[in-house]
Amino acid sequence: MRRVAITGAGTINALGHDVPSTLAAMREGVCGIGSLDIRDVERLSIRIGAQVRDHDESTRFGRQQAALYDRFTQFALIAAEEAVATSGLCFEGELGLQAGVILGNSGGGLGTIDDSYRAVYEEGRSRVHPFVVPRLMGNAASSAVSMAHGLRGPTFTVASACASSNHAMGLAFQMVRSGMADVMLAGGSEAMLCFGGLKAWEGLRVMSPDACRPFSATRSGMVQGEGAAVFVFEDWDRAAARGAEILAEVAGFGMTADARDIVLPSVEGAERAMRLALADAGLDADQVGYVNAHGTGTAANDRTECEAIAGAFGNHAGRLMVSSTKAMHGHVIGGTGAIELLACLSALRDGVVPPTIGYEAPDPDCPLDVVPNAARQARISACLSNAFAFGGLNAVLALRAA
Amino acid sequence: MDTRERVIAIIAEQAFLQPSDVREDMTLGDLGIDSLGVVESIFAIEEALDIRIPFNANDPQASEFDISSVGRILGAVERLVAERA
Repeated sequence: MRRVAITGAGTINALGHDVPSTLAAMREGVCGIGSLDIRDVERLSIRIGAQVRDHDESTRFGRQQAALYDRFTQFALIAAEEAVATSGLCFEGELGLQAGVILGNSGGGLGTIDDSYRAVYEEGRSRVHPFVVPRLMGNAASSAVSMAHGLRGPTFTVASACASSNHAMGLAFQMVRSGMADVMLAGGSEAMLCFGGLKAWEGLRVMSPDACRPFSATRSGMVQGEGAAVFVFEDWDRAAARGAEILAEVAGFGMTADARDIVLPSVEGAERAMRLALADAGLDADQVGYVNAHGTGTAANDRTECEAIAGAFGNHAGRLMVSSTKAMHGHVIGGTGAIELLACLSALRDGVVPPTIGYEAPDPDCPLDVVPNAARQARISACLSNAFAFGGLNAVLALRAA
Repeated sequence: MDTRERVIAIIAEQAFLQPSDVREDMTLGDLGIDSLGVVESIFAIEEALDIRIPFNANDPQASEFDISSVGRILGAVERLVAERA
């Protein structure tokens, strides 16, 4: 089987509009969460989020493009453009036939849905814009990226809630590894910070009104973010032969289903996904130095995840660094695993383990080194990135330093 | 602006042209307006003039609404506006 190299990365999220600014913010422990600037925010009880600021669609896209692209598609296109540019690849000719796109997403064009329902229900209008369907469909972002770069191989969107982009990247990894494709763009995108999107989440009563504090005894719930990250996964030998800079190796992938509860996570399912990822990568537990936790800042997740990590890593769990970067960039739902893979690149490539910010007090149920509040320098040769979704769907990626 | 001017302005905007460059004998294809551009133009005309245009993109030739040239579109829109009044 082939090895799989990451040869490009791109992002736009609340911490930055590209990878260098995002990694710098993660290193500094910047919090991207703030007051939401959206229509009808005064009718929400949750009024904070990690919004992408200063994104002006009219400067990034032409009028006709902007008419076709919901915000989640715009984010995906911006991230993909940076990823392709850093990879140095051009997909004209044969390579385009051997390359595809798999992106994770959960809400589709939720802003478009929100605006269109307002138009027909609230304003009583008799018609909506003709592009509503191509804007809102869940595969809009994957398709737009494929068209922008001429990627004509396997292309689709994965929807597994908060695990969407880990599943997307895991499948892309398997395709390159198996030889089904030579290059895959993979990652995820989400833009759920609109009135309807947040109103729905309020209903679950898991949202924090003030801050995201993963693993802290004072935690008060999750905070939503938005954005995208896209990576170029490439056949290792191909990347090496062309002298590409390899950012890291995707080494393994594990996925499981809890088959138990639609919202509550299970230790068993999460632990098994981590074990499978380690086995798939051929890694022993003690070779792993860092775990990017799912770490939502909800009591249910954080306690379950800590117990699962302890189970998967045994005695080594106490020597691991485990951080949740969601306190910085928010929970980006279907795009979150992709943005969190940037934290893994920081650890593997730059030797900087991004912190869990917002940490105030230890929780006896979370007795791990959660890298509280300040980034740490460390040599990390392998790491895991966890995603555990509503619906009991777990997806864990294993990476090695290049 | 009368009905004709408003429709021509909408078509011109879709085609990235000045209204003065849009002639009645032109087809939407001549103007570089693709199938999505056609439905977007029809939507814009409906919104601007508060009319309902009987156009089915599955088979534009078979629609009651004739889009075979700019002049045909103008005539059809004027009839719909008159019927509404």
